[in-house]
Amino acid sequence: MRVFRLAFGRLLASLPTLVLILVGMFLLLQLAPGDTVDALLAQMGGGDAQLAEDLRRFYGLDLGIAARLGQYLGRLVTLDLGFSAIYGKPVATVIVERLPATLLLMVSALSFAFFAGLLLGVVAARRVNRWPDTLISTLGLIFYATPSFWFGLMAIVVFSVYLQWLPAGGFSEVGMGYTGLTAVLDTARHLVLPTLTLGLIFLAIYLRIMRASMLEVLSLDFVRTARAKGLTETRVVARHVLRNAMLPMVTLIGLQAGTMLGGSVVVESVFALPGLGRLAYESVVQRDLNTLLGIVFVSAILVIVINFLVDLLYARLDPRIEA
Amino acid sequence: MKGLSVEGLTVRLPPGADRAFAVEEVSLSVAPGEILCVVGESGSGKSVTASAVMGLLAPGLSVTGGRMSLSGEDLRVKTPEEWRSLRGRRIAMVFQEPMTALNPLMTVGRQIGETWRTHLGLDAREASRRALDALREVNLPDPEGALRAFPHELSGGQRQRVMIAMALALNPEVLVCDEPTTALDVTTQAQVIALIKELQRRHGTAVLFITHDFGVVAEIADRVAVMQHGRVVEQGTASEVLTAPRHAYTQALLAAVPGRSAPPPRELSSDIVLEVSGLTKTYASRRLFRRRKPVRALDNVSLALRRGSTLAVVGESGSGKSTLARCVVRLLGTDGGEVRVAGAPLPKGRRAAAGLVQMVFQDPYASLNPRRTAGAQVAQGPIATGTPRREAMAEARRLFGLVGLDPESVLRFPHEFSGGQRQRIGIARALAMQPSVLVADEPVSALDVSVQAQVLALLRELQGQLGLSILFITHDLRVAAQLCDEVVVMRNGVVEEQGPIREVFEAPRHPYTRSLIEAIPGRRLMGVR
Amino acid sequence: MRALRAYLRSPAAILGSLVVLAVLGMALLAPVLYPNDPLGLAGRPLQWPGANPRFPLGTDPSGRDIAAQLFHGARISLLIGLVATGIATAVGIAIGALAGFYGGWADTVLMRATEAFQTLPNFLLLLVLVAVFGSTLTTVTVAVGVVSWPPVARLTRAEFLTLRTRDFVQAGRLQGLSDAHLILREVLPNALPPVIVYASVVMAVAILLESALAFLQLSDPNVPSWGNLIGLGRNVLRTEWYVSAIPGAAILLTILGVSLVGQGLNDALNPRLASGR
Repeated sequence: MRVFRLAFGRLLASLPTLVLILVGMFLLLQLAPGDTVDALLAQMGGGDAQLAEDLRRFYGLDLGIAARLGQYLGRLVTLDLGFSAIYGKPVATVIVERLPATLLLMVSALSFAFFAGLLLGVVAARRVNRWPDTLISTLGLIFYATPSFWFGLMAIVVFSVYLQWLPAGGFSEVGMGYTGLTAVLDTARHLVLPTLTLGLIFLAIYLRIMRASMLEVLSLDFVRTARAKGLTETRVVARHVLRNAMLPMVTLIGLQAGTMLGGSVVVESVFALPGLGRLAYESVVQRDLNTLLGIVFVSAILVIVINFLVDLLYARLDPRIEA
Repeated sequence: MKGLSVEGLTVRLPPGADRAFAVEEVSLSVAPGEILCVVGESGSGKSVTASAVMGLLAPGLSVTGGRMSLSGEDLRVKTPEEWRSLRGRRIAMVFQEPMTALNPLMTVGRQIGETWRTHLGLDAREASRRALDALREVNLPDPEGALRAFPHELSGGQRQRVMIAMALALNPEVLVCDEPTTALDVTTQAQVIALIKELQRRHGTAVLFITHDFGVVAEIADRVAVMQHGRVVEQGTASEVLTAPRHAYTQALLAAVPGRSAPPPRELSSDIVLEVSGLTKTYASRRLFRRRKPVRALDNVSLALRRGSTLAVVGESGSGKSTLARCVVRLLGTDGGEVRVAGAPLPKGRRAAAGLVQMVFQDPYASLNPRRTAGAQVAQGPIATGTPRREAMAEARRLFGLVGLDPESVLRFPHEFSGGQRQRIGIARALAMQPSVLVADEPVSALDVSVQAQVLALLRELQGQLGLSILFITHDLRVAAQLCDEVVVMRNGVVEEQGPIREVFEAPRHPYTRSLIEAIPGRRLMGVR
Repeated sequence: MRALRAYLRSPAAILGSLVVLAVLGMALLAPVLYPNDPLGLAGRPLQWPGANPRFPLGTDPSGRDIAAQLFHGARISLLIGLVATGIATAVGIAIGALAGFYGGWADTVLMRATEAFQTLPNFLLLLVLVAVFGSTLTTVTVAVGVVSWPPVARLTRAEFLTLRTRDFVQAGRLQGLSDAHLILREVLPNALPPVIVYASVVMAVAILLESALAFLQLSDPNVPSWGNLIGLGRNVLRTEWYVSAIPGAAILLTILGVSLVGQGLNDALNPRLASGR
């Protein structure tokens, strides 16, 4: 119960943040040169001033900024994100179509980065300043320095073009009509490279944090107490060090949720995945500002939800957090 | 022989340390049913000795010579695995810091239970049942609750009882206690010492007790070993060492024990320089949806400091004494009451107040800016209030001389000074503002006894020279007795008793004051001479 | 001085410094070695590295010299990295210092704003900024700086929160020092080392952000950029993969160098953590 009270408190506290983001973004987008109607006209190959004016009235773009902001926020409460002129559908519909791919990518990349980072960090800390540590730390540095889009491209060259082990892009094999388990496996095969690509830098960050945190905790008094009890070194690490050392890493997941979502823009673009990130890129190129604002809203909510889950986890791990 | 025996133990420090050996040629032994106190100041090697006999030396340290044996078994030939099976079963340890010595994420019951689970392979239920018995044996209130509690839910004294229960779980032959009561309040300390003695008698354990405090030695020791710079300089029965110390270092340490040489009472001025009336301070932590129960740190506190005298404010942790100090110098705001200095309310402006009240802080390492020279930190106050830089630096040099430092060391950085020297810089910094009142917040409690005695002597000397009026905050009644003219005893934000220090000590009126005085370790010692 | 000696003792720091110096050398030598416009047509497109001695690193799909773009790209990466890092650390330190030193109301407001920036995925914000203000070199640099300050602010604030209650700061208050003096001379010098170390992370991230933007062809198209070249190489990835591989390796090495310098700084400035190296 304490856990939920805590996390809900934080969740409520993030509502003003959300409003701040929306208002800020809305105002920012007003500064953009050209609006949806310009983009639409350009797509249609031009049109006269009368048509532009009619379209502006149709999309409600002829009102003052304050009025439109009010309207927009009012509609948001009912989860109405407006209409995308480019896709010809409500923004909410466009986003919901694209959300699953991004969620799947994020969950798999996060799990990969978390567990691999945890494992490598622990191994490095237990062999500190010996070769396994040097190897892992060096790999961490290199992974950290690798631009994800470039890693993705090179992985395609190696694994798709030369070795032909894995597909180069997309979410599933088009036109094969897989169902059931085959479909799941097919999607999993498609997700291997994107997961590695997106997760790589976070793996590097987590392993570095985990290593440092393990070393820090290993030097604390209660570890000495555990050793003085005659526990085996494995038990000392498993029962006393690990959980304490995980705390900073868990905090980091919440802090970096936004960064990871941002990273998916590039990764989805490299692997032609039909996700939210690619949608963001397309909306920028096509000047579909309504959709862009909708993506900002959904991303912020996504980050807030991830932080809520992280808070739940943290409060479960650490009984000292004040109820 | 039974028990623990150490002969000619030598522990090497890693290259680059300030000396080659942490411990050199140390020989000690503890028989079953006996308590050996190892006494020394910081850096004497007493804690390293304790770690060595547990096989828990910090990385970089290594035993390079001598013998250690447990009931005749050679400990130096043990493999790590054999060490592991000894620890907790035949030799156990209680550490200094009860706040950090327990895993914050694991319940107390499980942490105690681990010992049996590891060494005897008991299941969780049986381990938990035994843990409950163990908690009962160390007289923990509500043992069932404590079993399920996390360490942060217990007080320092309770945690130390948990540590003791854990150490004695398998009835070890030898118990090593590394300053187990140093972090505790004086009344809690007395209880924990009594508990260790009682359990040790009951189980016939051999106890190696590390401490820096001769008062504690007088309470608990059968035999004493005094260590200095990694060597044992004197060893003998408690009464021999305490009443007829042979080695000069032991004699100096004993002479430095505070409270042994209380000065005679003196004529006090009737002029009140600092008057605190009805001071109230409440800590309420507000959060988004609820308020925690407000804590009343100061409740209608009134006191008066006479010009040229020293007033001690004595209390245990949580008594509000430090809050009082910070409210008096207005580092903390108050909720009610008034602070008057030299007859007028303390002005609100930072600069105007600077010439009236100054403070000396507890931690000599945190109270100086590590990135600026010592002299600059003394001179910056006068410079901020308009003294020309040259003049202020000259004054800083003079003050350095006054507090017993080399005037040329004004250009050095804080890390080049020892703890006692830093405390002198802190005093010089306060004096540079020529305050009417000096508030000293536990100024000697982070220092070794011998340094403590020097700083106390300096304060007394400066008081004579400059006519200082000092409000002296301390948890240590012995220190108060050594320096102060009058005393205020605080508990839970309330003044329980006040008066001339000798009267309060000899005839305490309030039962709390009495219990504090009775808990002073080594009262016998204070009365010896 | 002590810190400098400690820095020079660390092999990681020396290696990192060498790499960074090499990139700096590339940037400085670019106009000397390749005085012509690196984005101009130089020869037959898609010549493999080594195939033509005139183009040691080959040519791209538009027939431009890859080596020339690599050298000139170093200028852009370093410029954007340094300026954006400057902006991010200046803004971050200012906000973090004020929030941490004063606490209370100022802290709440400033940290809400910081939180808002962190809740918004930074690359998404970067896209929005570029969409709104266009993608010239200046706007991209400023935009990268603007999305990168929140972690610096958080770090600075955390340092200030612990330092402002430290006894030496309290002693300064009692001595009658002004807030400006306390912030600038007492707290900031002590808060700075971890922030300086973190600046290397900010710089690495800034270079990565710009190259990702350029990869998506959303950065300034009129300057040679490593990311841009990778993006161009994408269309010929299956056969002429070197077009993407070469500039990517340059980014990797640069960021590796910057990270190693950061690690060296960390070991030198926070000696406690420098364990046995």
